[in-house]
Amino acid sequence: MFLDLVLLALFLSAFSGLPGLFFPRRSSGGERVAAALMGVAALLGLAGAVGAALGWDGPAVRVFPWFAVGTPEVGLDALSAFFLVPVFLMGGLGPLYGLGYWPQRQHPSNGQRLRLFWGLTIAGMALVVVSRHALALLLGWETMALSAYFLITAEGHRPESRQAGWIYLIATHMGTLALFALFALWQRATGSYVLQPAASSALSLGLLNLLFVLALFGFGVKAGVMPLHFWLPGAHANAPSHVSALMSGVVLKMGIYGIVRWLSLLPDPPSAWGGLVLTLGAVSGLLGVVFAIGQHDLKRLLAYHSVENIGIILMGLGVALLGRSTHRPDWVALGLAGCLLHVWNHSFFKSLLFLCAGSVVHATRTRQLDRLGGLAKAMPWTSACFLVGAVAICGLPPLNGFVSEWLVYLGMFRGAVAPGTASGAVFGIPVLAMIGALAVACFVKVFGTVFLGEPRTGAAERAHEAPLTMRLPMLALAGCCVLIGLAPVLVVPFLDSAIACWNATGGAPAESVARLAPLAVIGILAISLTLCVAGFWAFFARRAEVPRRGITWDCGYARPTPRMQYTATSFAQMIVVLFGSVLNPHTHRPRVHGLFPARARLQSHVDDAVLDRVLLPLGSRIEESFNWFHRFQRGLTQHYVLYILIALLLLLGSMFPFKTFIEHWFAR
Amino acid sequence: MIDLLFHLSVLLFLPPLLLGVINKTKAWFAGRTGPSVFQPYYDLSKLMRRGLVLSATTTWVFRAGPLVALATALLAGLLIPFGGLNAPISFTGDLILFAYLFGLARFFTTSAALDTGSAFEGMGAAREVTFACLSEPALFFALLVLAKVSGSLTLATLLHAPAGALSANVAAPLVLIAIGLFIVLLAETCRIPVDDPNTHLELTMIHEAMVLDHSGPLFGTILYSSAVKLLVLGSLLLHVIAPFEFDQPWLNGPLYILEILGLAAVVGVVESVMARLQMRHVPYLLVGALLFCGFGFILLIR
Repeated sequence: MFLDLVLLALFLSAFSGLPGLFFPRRSSGGERVAAALMGVAALLGLAGAVGAALGWDGPAVRVFPWFAVGTPEVGLDALSAFFLVPVFLMGGLGPLYGLGYWPQRQHPSNGQRLRLFWGLTIAGMALVVVSRHALALLLGWETMALSAYFLITAEGHRPESRQAGWIYLIATHMGTLALFALFALWQRATGSYVLQPAASSALSLGLLNLLFVLALFGFGVKAGVMPLHFWLPGAHANAPSHVSALMSGVVLKMGIYGIVRWLSLLPDPPSAWGGLVLTLGAVSGLLGVVFAIGQHDLKRLLAYHSVENIGIILMGLGVALLGRSTHRPDWVALGLAGCLLHVWNHSFFKSLLFLCAGSVVHATRTRQLDRLGGLAKAMPWTSACFLVGAVAICGLPPLNGFVSEWLVYLGMFRGAVAPGTASGAVFGIPVLAMIGALAVACFVKVFGTVFLGEPRTGAAERAHEAPLTMRLPMLALAGCCVLIGLAPVLVVPFLDSAIACWNATGGAPAESVARLAPLAVIGILAISLTLCVAGFWAFFARRAEVPRRGITWDCGYARPTPRMQYTATSFAQMIVVLFGSVLNPHTHRPRVHGLFPARARLQSHVDDAVLDRVLLPLGSRIEESFNWFHRFQRGLTQHYVLYILIALLLLLGSMFPFKTFIEHWFAR
Repeated sequence: MIDLLFHLSVLLFLPPLLLGVINKTKAWFAGRTGPSVFQPYYDLSKLMRRGLVLSATTTWVFRAGPLVALATALLAGLLIPFGGLNAPISFTGDLILFAYLFGLARFFTTSAALDTGSAFEGMGAAREVTFACLSEPALFFALLVLAKVSGSLTLATLLHAPAGALSANVAAPLVLIAIGLFIVLLAETCRIPVDDPNTHLELTMIHEAMVLDHSGPLFGTILYSSAVKLLVLGSLLLHVIAPFEFDQPWLNGPLYILEILGLAAVVGVVESVMARLQMRHVPYLLVGALLFCGFGFILLIR
């Protein structure tokens, strides 16, 4: 029954954008219909997912109506249900946000397209998660990937947007290519495209390794694991903000779902897999946050933080894999719980942060950190929501990010204290600590420069609060962050059933997360910490007399101006220098000379390690090496006609009886 | 019950005395009489009675900063056992919460600093978050060593004198992490050689630069919570360098107070005999701490 709800939601969202196409371009009827349809779909889907995750209904299987590939099945188990929750939550909240952020009236040329592909992306993701057949999964995967391309390029008139779209399209198809290979191999090895756990004797170790690497690559491109993340910052920065929220919060998770699901199908993982996943996670986490610190663009910075959080998710998964290889159910439970809970948490707080960034862009028309400032006064709701998201993404108590990072930490610490075993996972602990400290640095920088202090430009001065339709989704997501932070025991049943589902092939019975990790205590302490701060606040508010107001003292400087504030660039400078060998920051310093030098501009930027330093130079090198070919490709129609003529003559020449010709003339 | 009362009263009333002892030691080294060791109490009570001046630039974040710092420091103080006594709150994995509480405090104090729109306070905040990126991994390496030695993930059992602490296998890592933790203590509580709590030369400071605009009760809260932080981190260090316990439980409390006052005196000695490092050299010191703790761990698992 829950599966039917989810399938209904899937079809409803797939068609949610269609009615809008029949409305006039400047009427707001279409967007309301689409938002309402997506809202209904989201409620149905969430009900189905929650019901299935809590196990109120046995596992269900239906035939998906796509008879070209036989009878592909869709099913709903706890793992699928777990990943459906963020899909439908964000799928429903996004169009509501779009009513205020991307109204049809202001975007008559692309509003309809945006909503059509939004629904298709959600439907594609839902299909990916529920399909039990490799080809149905591929159908969902491509629907999602291609629709997301049209979402990213909604503002196709801007060159950056187009370029980001192309890079995304190339990257996602690299991944799909690997998936083709993966599914073909799977079909050869197991005899069918059905996604069922393989028997441990069916596959040789070499084949297992190949399947694992292909899955890691194919799904990892979508997840944005560090060397494969190159498409991500541009795509997330240049898409409309609610699309960025969907891409970063939910679409990336489909890559994680793929990896997690595939690992549950492959039997007997060697411990090298866990080590590889853990290492990839640590590298992604550390480099993601370091690159984020170097950015000046609000949305690009948030995009790099997605790389970081995917890293943390993979670290948890690595611990779980190591546990499965070494038959330690406690590592499996803690690592996978951290991984899965971080999937939820990241989809909540990262979507929240992107929606807040959208409100900032909506209010000020700029994404440059150093052109903002002081928005907390004009935008109290947005700034409070952003603060919640920022504290959560840094993994700080009392919010949800802490709970999942704490589970990952516990999993890794268990490797240290387990008698008789030494797990390499322990080296993830200081790395995760450093990631946490760097994330704090990064989000203090963002929150401080965007929302605190004085406005740095006129645009920031004239900022206004977002309309109610934009505030509601932000508040809902912030509420999720606070709820999981203060009452983490609520997620235990979801985690337990998903872990049991993943572990079904592992042999060892799964352990309960609540038994291994005292989540209730964490919840109580989080609540008391919050109450404690509130109590201090009330105490000070009651007894302190009305404070005097003045200008910032600043050691007695009488005329402070907004330009004297510390900028985001200067705030990050020490860390950028510290990690200079990785970041390779570029500074364009103008040469100033003479008594009255002309106006000059100083610029600094941190380029992407993979795209700007490897792929683009490599591409232009290849292009250069084919320079000689330009001699033939001049763009002149006459030349091309000549080529056709030559080709025709050659073809005709092949029919010419050379042999008899030569014999006739020379060999007589 | 007695233990709990003792713990709470030490946590609430002892911290300013540590500042007094540090200042007295420094005065003694400089050949001055110096203020009474109880001077910080007088300062705090005066600050709490003063009025408050707020910059018109600031928002509620500015006022929340010191309050969050105080709440987190007190909660961290409840998690850590003082000497041979048990901590009031203790559960599996509390060591991670302990470390992350300082992160929360840092988030809000640095945000409060940026809220004033002052360049000096921005500088202080930037330094604070940068140096924490090196001291946090060092702290976690140290906790990892302690967890490995004791085989426990609870601060209470992790920190009580490990049975084989004096065997050569364990002693060497413990010495290394003691050095690392001492450096982390000096950095986190803003002491020489990382930061100088006495100067008012804004360009060179970290913590003092961040709190330039806080006044009255808010400034008092900041002073008090940094003293609590000194007490809490000092207690952590004491477990590593002086893991002594008496057989009679009632002696452990006085012993702990003597130890922590002695540690404050040592900090005072370090402050008196060293100069503050150049700002660009501070990361080297912290990387040193990170390496000490890291090598300690590698020695342990080799």
